[in-house]
Amino acid sequence: MPFNRKPQKFSASIKPVEIGCGDKAVKIGGASVFPFYTFDGDAGEAPKIGVEISDMGMEHEPEGVKAYYAGASTMAEIAKKAAEMPGADFVVLRLEGGDPNGANKSVEELVAVVKEVADAIDAPLVVEGSKNVEKDAELLPKVAEALQGKNVLLMSAKEENYKAIGAAAGLAYNQKVGAESAVDINLAKQLNVVMTQLGVSADSVVMNVGTAAAGYGYDYVISTMDRVRAAALSQDDKMLQMPIITPVASETWSVKEATASEEDAPGWGPVEDRGVSMEVQTAAADLVSGSDAVILKHPQSVATISKMIKELM
Amino acid sequence: MALTGIQIFKMTPKKNCKECGCPTCMAFSMKVAQGAMDISACPHMSEDALAQLSEATAPPMKTIKIGTGEHEYSLGGETVLYRHEKTFVSETRYAASVCSCMDDATVDAKLAAVADVDYDRIGEHMYTELVYVNYAKDTDASKYVEIVKKAAATGRTLVLGCKCPETAKAALEVCKDGKPVLNGADASNYEEMNKIATEAGVVLGVSGANLDELYDTTAALEKLGNKNLVLDVTMGTVKETFEAAVAVRRAAIKDGDRTCGYPSIVNVAALTEDKAMREALAALFTMKYGSIVVVGDMDYAMALPLYGLRQNLFTDPQKPMKVAPGIYPLNGADENSICLTTVDFALTYFLVSGELERSGVPCNLLISDAGGLSVLTAWAAGKLSSTSVSKFITEEVEGKIKSRKLIIPGKVAVLKGDIEAKLPGWEVIVAPLEAVQLVKFLKDMQANGQL
Repeated sequence: MPFNRKPQKFSASIKPVEIGCGDKAVKIGGASVFPFYTFDGDAGEAPKIGVEISDMGMEHEPEGVKAYYAGASTMAEIAKKAAEMPGADFVVLRLEGGDPNGANKSVEELVAVVKEVADAIDAPLVVEGSKNVEKDAELLPKVAEALQGKNVLLMSAKEENYKAIGAAAGLAYNQKVGAESAVDINLAKQLNVVMTQLGVSADSVVMNVGTAAAGYGYDYVISTMDRVRAAALSQDDKMLQMPIITPVASETWSVKEATASEEDAPGWGPVEDRGVSMEVQTAAADLVSGSDAVILKHPQSVATISKMIKELM
Repeated sequence: MALTGIQIFKMTPKKNCKECGCPTCMAFSMKVAQGAMDISACPHMSEDALAQLSEATAPPMKTIKIGTGEHEYSLGGETVLYRHEKTFVSETRYAASVCSCMDDATVDAKLAAVADVDYDRIGEHMYTELVYVNYAKDTDASKYVEIVKKAAATGRTLVLGCKCPETAKAALEVCKDGKPVLNGADASNYEEMNKIATEAGVVLGVSGANLDELYDTTAALEKLGNKNLVLDVTMGTVKETFEAAVAVRRAAIKDGDRTCGYPSIVNVAALTEDKAMREALAALFTMKYGSIVVVGDMDYAMALPLYGLRQNLFTDPQKPMKVAPGIYPLNGADENSICLTTVDFALTYFLVSGELERSGVPCNLLISDAGGLSVLTAWAAGKLSSTSVSKFITEEVEGKIKSRKLIIPGKVAVLKGDIEAKLPGWEVIVAPLEAVQLVKFLKDMQANGQL
C-alpha cells in the first residue's frame, strides 16, 4: 500500500506583483500553496532575489562584497555590477545616507543618486528609504516622481507615513508600494487595509512584515509569516494576500556573529564566513516561512540562495 | 484518530471517584482529550476500553529516545505543524559526518573538529550533538568498525549509516551501549536489520528510494512489531527530500497516519558538497521537520546562526525567552563604566546589547528580573518599577560596580525621580525611546565627556 498523498489545496492565492519593465521585469508572488510545496499545487513564481547597494558606497562593506564591486567607482557602475551578479533578479538601492542621525543627505542629492542608478540598469529597481519616517515621507514621494514609468517598488511605507508615500507612489506615479509593519499579523493587515482605503490598489502592494537575524527574536518572524500565509490561503483573507519581500542583508550583517572580529571572538573563524552564513541561513528560513523575495548583498549568499530556490521549485 | 472528551467520557465508569485527581470523570475525560493526562491515570477502566483508548489517544508522533546519560535526546513527539499552534517540543539535533570512504587522516581531523563548537546562548549549551558514521558500499568493514570506535570515543551519540547487516552487527558490538541509531533498513534488508537493531536495543532508521517505498518498509517493520524507528527522508534530490520531510510530518500530525508518526533524519551532507548550500539546507530542514539533520562539518560559522534559529523556533510561544538577570559588561567595560538597565526579555536584551556593542562605548548592561516581558509591558504589570530597579542595584550591583551613573529606558522616563529617591548617590539618565538611537546617544555622551 503506497503512501497516501493528501495535497493541501487552496482556492485562494498570493497576488502576483510585477516590478520593472520590459524583458527584465520580475513577478513575485502567485503561489496557491505553502512555500516550496510544489507537490501540493501551483507554487507561483519562484522566489526572487534582490541585491542591495547603498548610496553610501562600498566603504563599510565586507571584503568579499568590495572585491566583487572592485573597479566600480560611480553609483551607476556599482548598480550595473549589482544587476549582473549571478542569481540576482533585481537591484535594491538603500538610501541610508538620508538618515538625519547619519549623513543626512538632502532629498535632491538622493534623488540624483536614484536617477543615476535607474538610468544605468534595465533590471527592476527597488528603492529603500532611510528608515527615518519623517525623512522617508519627504524623500520617497520625490523618488516616485523621478522614476515615473519605471515601475519601481518603494520601501517602505509605515503606519506613520503611509499616506504620503502611498499617495505618491501608488496613486500619483503608478509605482509599487512596500508596506512595512513590525512582526505582527494584525499590524500587517491593518496597514494593508488603510493603504487600500487610501485608494492604492491591492495589486500594487508588497509587504515587509518585519524581519530579524536568525537567533534574534526570529521566532516572531517565523510565526508572523506562517500566520500571514495561512490566513491568505486557507481563509482567503484578501488583505493578507500581498506578496512578502524581506530585507535580509541589512539585518544580518550588523549582528554580533557577523561583526565580531577574530581577535574579539577567538575560535569563531573568519568574520566574513560568519556574515555569509548568517545571511544565507536567515534567507533560507525567511523563504520557507513565506517570503516571496529576499534582499541580500554578498555574492556568495546570492549564488547559494539562488541555487537553493532552483533546486526546490 | 483523536477522540473528543465526550467519547472518552462514555467509556469511563462515571463514578466520580476522584482517584485520578480530577473532581469528575467528565473533567478527567476533557483532560485526556487535550493530551494533558494519560488514560492510565484512571484505575477503573475496563481492559477493553483501555486498549481502545490508548490506541486512540496516543500522540500522533512518537517520542523516540536516543543516546544515554547526559547525551540522551528525545526526538519527535510533536503535536502541531506550526509553532504558533502550540509549541514544538523536541529540538532538531545536528550531526557531523564521517565515512569509511575517507582516509584515516581525514576521519581523525573531522572527529577532532566535533569538539570545536561549544558555547552557551541564553542558558542553552550549544555543541555538535551527534556523529553520523557512514559505511560506503564495498569498503572494508573492519575499517568501518574502527571508525565507529573512534567516533564513539568523542562521547557523542552516534548514528550509524550502514545498510550491510554483517557490518552493522559488528559496529553495534562496539557502540551499542551508547544507544546509537542504526540507520540502515530499506526494502531489501529490513527483516535482518530489524533483528540486529532489536537485539542490540537501538533505534532503527528506515530509508527508501522514494516516499512510497519508505512508507511500505516502515509499515512492514511495524508489522514485525518494531515501533522504535526514525525515518530517513533523504531522497535523490533536494526537492524530493523536502517533499518527503513535509509529507511525512503532515501525514502524521494532520491526517493521523501513524505509520508516518516517527522522527526524521535529513542527510544534508549527502545532498550537496557545497558548504554554503549545506548551511542553507540545514536551516531549511530545521524549519521544515528534520529531527536529525546531518550537516557534514559543523564550525562556528554554521553553528552560530543555526543554533540561534533552532533556539527561536523551539521557544514556547506562551513563555517568552528570558536572559538571566545579572551584570553584562560590554565593549570591555569595567567597574567604572557607565551602567544601563533594561528588562530580561530576550528580544529586548538582544536589541539593546546589539546597539550598545555597535556604539563601541564600554558600559555595563544591568538586567533585572522583569518576568520576561518587554519594557512597557513589564512596567504596566508592575514587574519593572523604581522598587525592582533600586532593589536589584542595591543588592546585586553596588558591591561590584563603582560607577554611579544609570541610564534607564526612555519608555519608562517616568521612573527617573523615584529611582533617584531610592538610590542616593546615583545619577539617573533617561535614554532615547528606541534602541537604535542608543549608538548616537552614547557617542554624544562620550564626546561631551559625560561618561
